Amino acid sequence: MTDPVHAFEEMLAQSDEGKYKLRLYVTGHTPQSNRAVENLKKLCEARLKDRYELTVVDLFQEPERAKGDQIVAAPTLIKELPLPLRRLIGDLSDTNRVLLALDIKTEEG
Amino acid sequence: MKLERRVEEGVGSRLPKSPTGIRGLDEITQGGLPAGRSTLVCGNAGCGKTLLSMEFLVHGAREYSEPGVFLGFEETVEDLAANVASLGFDLKGLMAEGKLVVDHVYIERSEIEETGAYDLEGLFVRLGHAIDTIGARRVVLDTLEALFSGLPNPHILRAELRRLFRWLKQRGVTAVITGESGASTLTRYGIEEYVSDCVIVLDHRVAEQVSTRRLHVMKYRGSLHGTNEYPFMIDEHGIVVLPVTSLGLEHEGLEERIPTGVSQLDAMLGGEGYYRGSSVLVSGTAGTGKTSIAAHFADATCRRGERCLYFLFEESSSQFLRNMRSIGLDLKPWSGQGLLRFYAARPTLYGLEGHLATALKEINAFDPSVVIVDPISAFQGSGRPTEVKAMLIRLVDYLKSRGITMLLTNLTSAATAIEHTEVEISSLIDTWLLLREIELSGERNRGLYVIKSRGTAHSNQIREFLLTDNGVQLVEAYVGLEGVLTGSARLAQEAREQAQVLELEQELERSQASLERKRRSLESQLETLRSELAANEAESERLLRQREERHERLAGYRSAMERSRRVDHDVDEETR
Repeated sequence: MTDPVHAFEEMLAQSDEGKYKLRLYVTGHTPQSNRAVENLKKLCEARLKDRYELTVVDLFQEPERAKGDQIVAAPTLIKELPLPLRRLIGDLSDTNRVLLALDIKTEEG
Repeated sequence: MKLERRVEEGVGSRLPKSPTGIRGLDEITQGGLPAGRSTLVCGNAGCGKTLLSMEFLVHGAREYSEPGVFLGFEETVEDLAANVASLGFDLKGLMAEGKLVVDHVYIERSEIEETGAYDLEGLFVRLGHAIDTIGARRVVLDTLEALFSGLPNPHILRAELRRLFRWLKQRGVTAVITGESGASTLTRYGIEEYVSDCVIVLDHRVAEQVSTRRLHVMKYRGSLHGTNEYPFMIDEHGIVVLPVTSLGLEHEGLEERIPTGVSQLDAMLGGEGYYRGSSVLVSGTAGTGKTSIAAHFADATCRRGERCLYFLFEESSSQFLRNMRSIGLDLKPWSGQGLLRFYAARPTLYGLEGHLATALKEINAFDPSVVIVDPISAFQGSGRPTEVKAMLIRLVDYLKSRGITMLLTNLTSAATAIEHTEVEISSLIDTWLLLREIELSGERNRGLYVIKSRGTAHSNQIREFLLTDNGVQLVEAYVGLEGVLTGSARLAQEAREQAQVLELEQELERSQASLERKRRSLESQLETLRSELAANEAESERLLRQREERHERLAGYRSAMERSRRVDHDVDEETR
């Protein structure tokens, strides 16, 4: 059962299309911001090693990005690729939801 | 002008206010919204919330040099700009000038996943940045409650909104937050509990197929404000809240009198016509000549070189002009000279407030000295009687406050008492003319009474009212033992009287003739007598002469005798 999926994931990992393009918007160094950054980094290392590109945007430093990227809540994680675009709000502490939202199989593990 | 004065007063009072620039709203709120605080504007869909808030920003940016930020959750910048472009608001231009920031906050629920604790700091940053960029003094959040449907976890949202309002206050901006009406609360998510300074409720209802918009200042902490529901409308310049000019009776009574256009009517009103700035009602059943009276007044006004604004609600202006020409009133030249302006519309075209606002706009634009509304009864279908009355009170008050004379006509249905005005406005009226039909001996004639005329000595008599080729003529009705007679009955009575007079004259002539005859006969008798007398005199003279002649003859004889009888003579002489 797991083989084809695994094969697919490996295939994805080699192509650009399998790459995760993520942007995390935080507001300075609030506990929530810090938690979000930590949680995301941990998860990416564990599940998306070598196939993700993460940018962290501090809205306090670049406030104009809030308008340009339609940010309301903080922290917000935008999964730009692979499509569809998803927005994850909160400190990313609910790992199951994060995985679901990022389209990463939870059973894997 | 009045508006500006009030605004200044408002600013000068305890609570600093931020004028909205919306016609009428600044009067109700006595200067505008509370400056540096938040105002909630709520109402159902399509009630004009977004427009009101956008006007607040545009006027602020254009007229009060207060730049503004519009944070819209529902419409894109393009849509907003297009929607208000028809009102003459150039959003893009204001944005380019740095007087306005419009930001569309796009939240798509299906894209969003909640993964833990979050806050709205993103929104704060976004708003703060926009405010700082242009130094905004005004902020609109339209419709903030969209957050509830777009973001999960209402508990967090509530806490964050509370923080948002505190934050707005700290920033010192005057904010307008819009919200959609909820089932039992003012707003769907009850955000009114966070906004405690000022709450304005808008309402848009359709009753009997006529839509009416209303505005109500529900709460205004620390300030006096009009508490009624005020009708408002959206015209090509935006929102107009209907005038609240006279909350009291402050208009001054003018002494000047102006002619009615019908000299006999002037005479009935103490010889001089209506008071300037008064309200005149002409009521009557169908076809009694109300419009003709109104047209005469319009004609007289224009003849003095004053402007007259004529609202026609039952016929077109060309139809009206034609009909008036048929009674010898040619009003077309006045309209050509710009002294007479018509405004013709079906009463059902707008709601009452729409009519009122249009009327006021026309009045302000044309600045007439006389306004004629023909007829007010046309509004009956547009609202409940109390609403119609409220509208007319506002109109009458407004015109009085400006010293404009108004003449209203009212069609009374034959089924009701003749003095009954359908919209019961008689108490607002200074001079009331009643036209009625008088049915007598198989014909209908028109009669005119002055029911009341405040401040003038007026005739209490009925006059017969004739529509002739030379306009309206008032004829003194025949009042005699047989009652009031009009029409052919009056003519018959007059003919009878004329016959009587004729008869009398003939009799007089006859008696004069007989007198003459008598005189002549007496004179001839006198002549006879005189000639008789003359004859007698002549006879007596003749006799006298005869006698003398006889004497002479006798004397002659005697002397002859004496001569012949000389002796005798001596004897005689001796004997004597």
